[in-house]
Amino acid sequence: MSFSLSAPASVMSPLPEGTATHCPYCALQCGMHVTQTDLNQAEITPRDDVPANQGGLCQKGWTAGALLRSPHRLTTPLIHGKPAGWDEALGYAASRIARIQDAHGPDAVAVFGGGGLTNEKAYQLGKFARVALRTSQIDYNGRFCMSSAAAATNRAFGLDRGLPFPITDLGDAGAVLLAGGNVAETMPPFVRHLNPAGLIVVDPRETPTARLAALHLQNAPGTDLALALALLHIAIADGHVAEEYVAARTTGFDAVRDSVSAWWPERAERVTGVPVAAMRQAVAMLAEAGNAVVLTGRGAEQHAKGTDTVTAYINLALTLGLPGRPGSGYGCVTGQGNGQGGREHGQKADQLPGYRKIDDPAARAHVAAVWGVDPADLPGPGRSAYELLDALGTPEGPKGLLLFGSNPVVSSPRSGHIAGRLAALDLLVVADLVLSDTAELATVVLPTAQWAEEAGTMTNLEGRVLLRRRAVAPPSGVRSDLEILSGLAERLGRGGSFPADPRTVFDELRRASAGGPADYSGITYEKIADQGGVFWPCPADDHPGTPRIFLDRFPTPDGRARMVVVDHRPPVEDVDADYPYYLTTGRLLAHYQSGAQTRRVADLTEAAPEPFLELHPDLADHLGIRPGDMVRVTGRRGVTEATARISAAIRADTVFLPFHWEGPNRLTNPALDPVSRMPEFKVCAVNLAVVGGGR
Amino acid sequence: MRGIVVVGNGMAGSRLVSEVRARDKKARVTVFGAEERAPYNRVLLSNVLAGTTRADQVRLHGPSWYDDHNVTVHLGTEVVAIDRETRCVITADGGRTPFSVLVLATGSEPIVPAVPGAERAIAFRTMDDCERILAAANAARRAVVIGGGLLGVEAARGLAGRGLPVTLLHLKGHLMDRQLDHEAGQVLGDTLEGLGVEIMTGVTVTGITDGKVELTTGHVEADLVVAACGVRPVTALALDAGLHVERGIVVDDEMRTDDPAIFAIGECAQHDGQVYGLVAPCWEQAAIVADLITGADARARYRGSRLVTRLKAKSVELAAMGETHLTDADAEIVRFTHRRGGTYRKLVIRDGRLVGAILVGDPATVGTLTQLYDRGGPLPADRSGLLFPGLAGAAPVSPSPVRMPDAAQVCRCNNVTKGQIRACWEAGARDVAAVAAATRATTGCGSCAETVGGIVEWLCEQEGASA
Repeated sequence: MSFSLSAPASVMSPLPEGTATHCPYCALQCGMHVTQTDLNQAEITPRDDVPANQGGLCQKGWTAGALLRSPHRLTTPLIHGKPAGWDEALGYAASRIARIQDAHGPDAVAVFGGGGLTNEKAYQLGKFARVALRTSQIDYNGRFCMSSAAAATNRAFGLDRGLPFPITDLGDAGAVLLAGGNVAETMPPFVRHLNPAGLIVVDPRETPTARLAALHLQNAPGTDLALALALLHIAIADGHVAEEYVAARTTGFDAVRDSVSAWWPERAERVTGVPVAAMRQAVAMLAEAGNAVVLTGRGAEQHAKGTDTVTAYINLALTLGLPGRPGSGYGCVTGQGNGQGGREHGQKADQLPGYRKIDDPAARAHVAAVWGVDPADLPGPGRSAYELLDALGTPEGPKGLLLFGSNPVVSSPRSGHIAGRLAALDLLVVADLVLSDTAELATVVLPTAQWAEEAGTMTNLEGRVLLRRRAVAPPSGVRSDLEILSGLAERLGRGGSFPADPRTVFDELRRASAGGPADYSGITYEKIADQGGVFWPCPADDHPGTPRIFLDRFPTPDGRARMVVVDHRPPVEDVDADYPYYLTTGRLLAHYQSGAQTRRVADLTEAAPEPFLELHPDLADHLGIRPGDMVRVTGRRGVTEATARISAAIRADTVFLPFHWEGPNRLTNPALDPVSRMPEFKVCAVNLAVVGGGR
Repeated sequence: MRGIVVVGNGMAGSRLVSEVRARDKKARVTVFGAEERAPYNRVLLSNVLAGTTRADQVRLHGPSWYDDHNVTVHLGTEVVAIDRETRCVITADGGRTPFSVLVLATGSEPIVPAVPGAERAIAFRTMDDCERILAAANAARRAVVIGGGLLGVEAARGLAGRGLPVTLLHLKGHLMDRQLDHEAGQVLGDTLEGLGVEIMTGVTVTGITDGKVELTTGHVEADLVVAACGVRPVTALALDAGLHVERGIVVDDEMRTDDPAIFAIGECAQHDGQVYGLVAPCWEQAAIVADLITGADARARYRGSRLVTRLKAKSVELAAMGETHLTDADAEIVRFTHRRGGTYRKLVIRDGRLVGAILVGDPATVGTLTQLYDRGGPLPADRSGLLFPGLAGAAPVSPSPVRMPDAAQVCRCNNVTKGQIRACWEAGARDVAAVAAATRATTGCGSCAETVGGIVEWLCEQEGASA
């Protein structure tokens, strides 16, 4: 099939333009107008002045308005499932927090955030934990998302910004290698920036993105690292080393070159299942393209070796001389709406605002001064996301948890166990707009405003800070997350330091980030509106922002990118006689993350009503599974059931489950990457059995 | 102070040292290498000979690696004896190094043909050999490679690729007879001849003179002779020390010799009657010994390896694995031959499992087959898909607007079917923009714009035809 990627026809709505804002879902942050209609419904139309989507929207974006007036919206707080007033709910939560901390110390109350929260909320949540609760126990679901890419890019470049260049640069690249990403489903308008003739996709499944590509490398799950090492081996052997660039802009090449001599392509072929000829073709495409880009997604990153896999792809990009060259580079495709900003401003266990490190004395002094506290009173680093969830309700772990913008009952690995840990808490406070799977377990549920009902900033996958404007009034009875934090702080005796107005919080964030790696100090709401977004770093009022970082130097002490030796290792849990098939998980077009929002939009549940198990016809034949059969998927940590969908698009040794429903993550492996603490979501071993006939 | 001593710094020995360091940063490690060079990847020497890889690109460890990793290395130092009484190894200069654990990774040496003038032939085993061959190739007018096994084929192909006329001599009836059946050997020979390698099979070399290789049936002219006649394990050290040696140094599932403090790995070791000559088993053995001697995994055991041979020669794609010589009488054979096209594909299946395979020519399914062979995965009832990728269960090609059923999804991003586009056309939408405004088709990734255009055009034509 041939594709035309020229801009489609304009589909501007006949309605007068509404409020210019951005989509509530993924990190592409498509521009959209929200218009309140006479029927008190919100109409969505795409904006064509936003480079990321260029007038496009996927079904999730088009139907985003449905969530604003969803009958599933929570409009009153709940205490133990019973409606309560705000004063009562906040008072109850605050008194229980105080009681737990009095008995067990500050770390007995934890905070868990999300990569969908605005910069203002992420910042305020981090400050709330450290200043109001004085707990070290804060982390967020971005640990399950971007942490491996962030760790690897920090290690190599001294800075982590998902795309270090505007997304429109991709259109100028003669070749793009996308390892472990399915943008055609996860963020469809992204595809408008890709040239199919130069696209190489690495994925165990022939995804819609792989079908667009000129070359698909269909590797076995958990072998991305071996493949990347072999691609680098070939690049060196075939004489594609950018000698001058490597000499001038990198360190560590010699050791990396020696180390990949052990990964000749025929060896990697046996490990990955990718034919040598295809590997050679991929390298030739990248090396001969003029401009080329290497991208990684969660498929390559969500492993206990994800940081090293990203490092290997960065080594490949550096060897070819791509990063820091206009039109070329390495980037990671951020997933969650504010996955980028969410990892910069202090809701991560080891971080302070501005992408500062919490164990750096200078960083602590700066942030403590902005917060008006003694640096010595700031807690140190706490547990990473899975370790935090795993410790809940244990003798050494937190007894209380405040949860914002996340749904770990669905989204954490070994989720059945995590549901048990959440149930063991003395206090679980959940702020959400609907009664999510996790909120159902909560002691206190606080109904929040959402996306188009409040203002704030989001930092998209390019590192471009965007303005989310208030377009409609929230339903009566709900409060914003910032109002909730303000109210709790007041009841904890910390009133005054936690304003509820987003712009006031942003101004404080600017000061807190000043001088840090992610410097927002020169960004204002007005500048964002005027420029259509501002790329960080933006260190001064008269600074226009930085669309392309790394052009002159890398922000490492010597200005050079660091190449680091890494080696392949097999999946933590490989297949065996008892669990003979690989399970991998991923996203569907119609749903976002844990599905808490999208499973409550009728058009989307109609498009994708339930989880399914994708398996190859050969495997289905072997096991006697027919389309529509109910199949039990059993792993070492749990069991789930799903309807069989038979497709030659997946490897015969691998099955796939979409993770938007409670179930699939009961099976996934919480083995952690030693550097990033990312769990091994993308590969574990399972067995299959038919439990019911087709419907 | 006693520690781990490794004799041999080739593929197996150097790998063992890396594997030990990956598990244990502190253990005292000393390694002796007979070659002066830092360890290099012997597998890639064929590429160096062919000129597709530079000599400086095959190094496994750089000069600073040993210091950086706190490993004592003695390059160009031969160990001449093992004193099992005092637990020491003794070098040629009389130096004694005590060990608590000794790992023998002495490798193998080339077999020199037992004919007059054999010293005129250059073996193809080490980087030094490779450099000698390359130096000679510059001045040579005709080359002969003796031995049509894996290494001989790679060497002949490499020399031919440098523009040198090459004759490849092989004792048996077809090339790579250990890995290939007769027909596959013939196809390989054809392919090599097309690349400038003259093939002579079933010939016996009787002597090498200045300028000639003598055969029982005549002679071949050559001023460069490369011998690739196989290798034999280097076992003298072990034999002198009184260890149990048969063809190789005999080891158990822990790769331990009959002295529990002494291990042997790689091409010098004999496990379960097998001496392995490929790198994959040597590296598996190194990982197991590293697990055992560092205590990382006391239960690690070696159970033998499945062998996959992959030829590395430009424009010659060849993979062979497992039991390739079985016939229809012993197993289920699936075969496709196209000799003129340089293609031969054979699967050997027993009890529903792939136990052997040969692929010559474009091996698009080689990755899948290797993994099915390694893991014993279930095979499809329709075997053709294993030989021809995409044949079984292939995705349908772009359907024409006419044939596409109404339920077919046209726009994935907005979940729009052909039926919905037809309905909106019937309601008056006559171009892509109007269809997009009504259905949102084409407004996501934009890839379906052409298909939507085709459907609208077809519907308009239909209207014109029926009007």
